[in-house]
Amino acid sequence: MEWEIVIGLEIHVQLSTDTKIFSGTSTAFGQAPNTQASAICLAMPGVLPVFNEKALFKAVQFGLAIDAEIGKTSRFDRKNYFYPDSPKGYQITQMDYPIVGLGEVEIVMDDGSTRKIGVTRAHLEEDAGKSLHEDFEGMSGIDLNRAGTPLLEIVSEPDLRSAKEAVAYLKKMHSIITYIGVSDGNMAEGSMRCDANVSVRPKGQKEFGTRTEIKNVNSFRFVEKAINYEVQRHIDIIEDGGEIVQETRLYDSELDETRSMRSKEVANDYRYFPEPDLLPVVIDDEYIEAARKSLPELPDAKRDRFMSEHGLSEYDATVLSSGRAIADYYEAVVAGCKEPKLAANWVMGDLSAQMNKFNVEFENCPVPAEQLALMIARITDETISGRQAKTVFECLWNQEGEVDAIIEAKGLKQVSDTGAIEAIIDEVIANNPGQVEQYRGGKDKLFGFFVGQTMKASKGQANPAVVNELLKKKLDA
Amino acid sequence: MTNKTLAEIAKGLADGEYSSVEITQAYLDKIKAKDGEINSYITVTEELALQQAKAADERRAAGQADLLTGVPIAHKDIFCTEGVRTSCGSKMLDNFEAPYNATVVEKLNAAGTVTLGKTNLDEFAMGSSTESSFYGATKNPFDLSRVPGGSSGGSAAAVAADLAPGSTGTDTGGSIRQPAAFCGITGIKPTYGRVSRWGMIAYGSSLDQGGPMTKTAEDAALMLNVMAGFDKRDSTSVDVEVPDYTTALGNSIKGLKIGLPKEYFGEGLDPRIAEVVQNAVKELEKQGAIVKEISLPRTHLAIPAYYIIAPAEASTNLSRYDGVRYGYRCENPEDVMDLFLRTRAEGFGMEVKRRIMVGTYALSAGYYDAYYNKAQQLRRLIKDDFVAALNDVDVIMGPATPNLPWVAGEKDADPVSMYLEDLYTIAVNLAGLPGMSIPAGMVDGLPVGLQVIGNYFDEARLLNIGHQFQLATDWHTKTPA
Repeated sequence: MEWEIVIGLEIHVQLSTDTKIFSGTSTAFGQAPNTQASAICLAMPGVLPVFNEKALFKAVQFGLAIDAEIGKTSRFDRKNYFYPDSPKGYQITQMDYPIVGLGEVEIVMDDGSTRKIGVTRAHLEEDAGKSLHEDFEGMSGIDLNRAGTPLLEIVSEPDLRSAKEAVAYLKKMHSIITYIGVSDGNMAEGSMRCDANVSVRPKGQKEFGTRTEIKNVNSFRFVEKAINYEVQRHIDIIEDGGEIVQETRLYDSELDETRSMRSKEVANDYRYFPEPDLLPVVIDDEYIEAARKSLPELPDAKRDRFMSEHGLSEYDATVLSSGRAIADYYEAVVAGCKEPKLAANWVMGDLSAQMNKFNVEFENCPVPAEQLALMIARITDETISGRQAKTVFECLWNQEGEVDAIIEAKGLKQVSDTGAIEAIIDEVIANNPGQVEQYRGGKDKLFGFFVGQTMKASKGQANPAVVNELLKKKLDA
Repeated sequence: MTNKTLAEIAKGLADGEYSSVEITQAYLDKIKAKDGEINSYITVTEELALQQAKAADERRAAGQADLLTGVPIAHKDIFCTEGVRTSCGSKMLDNFEAPYNATVVEKLNAAGTVTLGKTNLDEFAMGSSTESSFYGATKNPFDLSRVPGGSSGGSAAAVAADLAPGSTGTDTGGSIRQPAAFCGITGIKPTYGRVSRWGMIAYGSSLDQGGPMTKTAEDAALMLNVMAGFDKRDSTSVDVEVPDYTTALGNSIKGLKIGLPKEYFGEGLDPRIAEVVQNAVKELEKQGAIVKEISLPRTHLAIPAYYIIAPAEASTNLSRYDGVRYGYRCENPEDVMDLFLRTRAEGFGMEVKRRIMVGTYALSAGYYDAYYNKAQQLRRLIKDDFVAALNDVDVIMGPATPNLPWVAGEKDADPVSMYLEDLYTIAVNLAGLPGMSIPAGMVDGLPVGLQVIGNYFDEARLLNIGHQFQLATDWHTKTPA
């Protein structure tokens, strides 16, 4: 039987606000346990939440970035459950009236095909603390530094049809949130976490199969592997005549498998109800417009502009607009050299190769954009050849100085002076009479030999174009 | 020395008749002598009180005294007081010293009041008799065999017995007005949002409101002047200007339109209380008020709606008491579930458990619409009744309670009969309106309260009506034998 895979993702994004969502406590990462836990974070008797408007603004920015409906009246609810790192015994979240409603994003697959993926909603909520199970003999420690960090939970429609699509969607969301700066998107630090709802159904069937939820997968690679594992597990069970149990599962990256997280208790009843300590959040058109104006150019718009304005191919434009850092870098190079295509070649070619090799992000690129631009300008003004540029680039990567100084120090200046090149050519012709005769006798292939000899004699500094032109003139004369 | 009103003490301090240390010491001595039998205080903060009194005297000497500087008061033990045990009447918080002051405490401290101690209450403010406290029941000073009302019964009894000239209280369904009525004092529950809830331990968040409990309406005005106001730490507090409540106290009530809801004089009301209330209204008529009968047709829905909404909110407000971070923790828990279960089983009393269970049930999947949602709909209808009535009249009056203070222990086996005692007060919380109880007469040597309900933020009018009534009558001066 042919199976269709159905996937929906819930992405938790930590919004990059200085303070928590319902208190003025700092959100800085990596502090000593419970040093960022105020009376509110500790849920002391008598404390009350006050909503951080910065989190609201970022949520609205995100909603606008995915062209979603913005909830002009949104509301907070309590989600009740007991857990040691949930200090109030409930989480403040948004149930019936989320800040962001229906929206969609377009994903591009490796083969260039595109798909629109629906976003059901995105709502604001507070993060929990952390239970620490190591270091405490027979006990658990609680760190409440993270408790109350603002989260935006982005819920997709069950529109994804493969693990690859899920990863493309996740990458797209990562790109959007980091582009607009609502989150640093740092998956290693937990700024972006993902739950995947997975089911399969016979191709052509309308009803969804029973789904399972894989919790807290924290890298693009693991999302793909966890979904693939889970899909195969579903298919195996069904084909063996079994039934899928709706449950929550955990992905173990070391064993590359998912495991049931189901505990003894029956399904949780979270007893949602409106949070009486907070008023409904009402925003007007002016507020939404201010959020819209504050948005930078988004990836899709940037890709289109790179194609129309810089004449790039769709592939190049997509790669160069895939992240804000690479896009900003590329644009800075173009601004410096006015050569969009050459700039694209260098950024996607030699530079990206080095970056990948040394696992460096564009945020920390060792080659300043204006130096790369200057190097490209030196190619176009024929100071150096493309081949010499490789040497210059290597020096730039190793931070050996600025472009002109490198050219000077390495003696890389290209010789375009026709008189000097003519002299060299004359010598080459004089020293190789046999080859000249053969060439003139019709052996055209030997032209390359003369170019090579001339370049060698000029120690690589002769302008190849000038060499070509003069050689032709002299040999064909 | 301790039978004075706040206003009188303020004047005595200003005139230099006595120092704050002297008057404070007089109250501390009286508490020592008398509170053994009344049990109105959970904690007496003698050392803190004398420190604050000394500082108040110095402030006065420096010419920087405010009206209430140096005046001793008590705080209901539901308000967080920095460095002082804040128990909420529960074993759960018996070992809890608040790390911060409630806004109400902070404001009164800033005004220079002196904290005598923390008064007794029903556990987590759940009750109408102050019998459910972990620290034992408070007695009614007028008859020690009877209850003082609740949940602010400690505050009411302390003021009635001259163990404090004034106290803070809180009111979720009548917890200021009913004990004020039972103990023959004045108590006002302001409009929801008028007084900050920051640092006031939550019972029913959408209903809770702090207010003053005093001998006179004038004293209540003095305290409310300090307590009221917007607080950015409480999102439900309202940014409406606070008038000087003492300014309105001189106004005539000629032409005041009083509505008497016929539903407040029906079945269940002790006829002797009805008579007291009618006599009180006649006194106001004599002063030029106009009386008319009105109807609040949804009155009978108030108790059922309240006993869904308040427990629902309470059930989640009290989830934080889990033994993890502060407060009571059971001994030797086997695992985290055992820690939660036993801490809560051992730390909470019966009435609190009852309400947590009711509230949990009402919010459960499958029951939410039938209970919580329905109760919210009723709440809107009840509010609509009041809004319509207050379009027609300036204030609504009636009894504060249907019955006289009952004998302690009488309702232990039948909690619902106690819930029904809040018949006239609960609807006011559901509507968020201000309500006040003032002493209006005596029956069998027990005080009876007149309830005055006003429009939103119309506390000044209520306090003036109380003041005019108290200028003409002496019920508020009756003290326990």
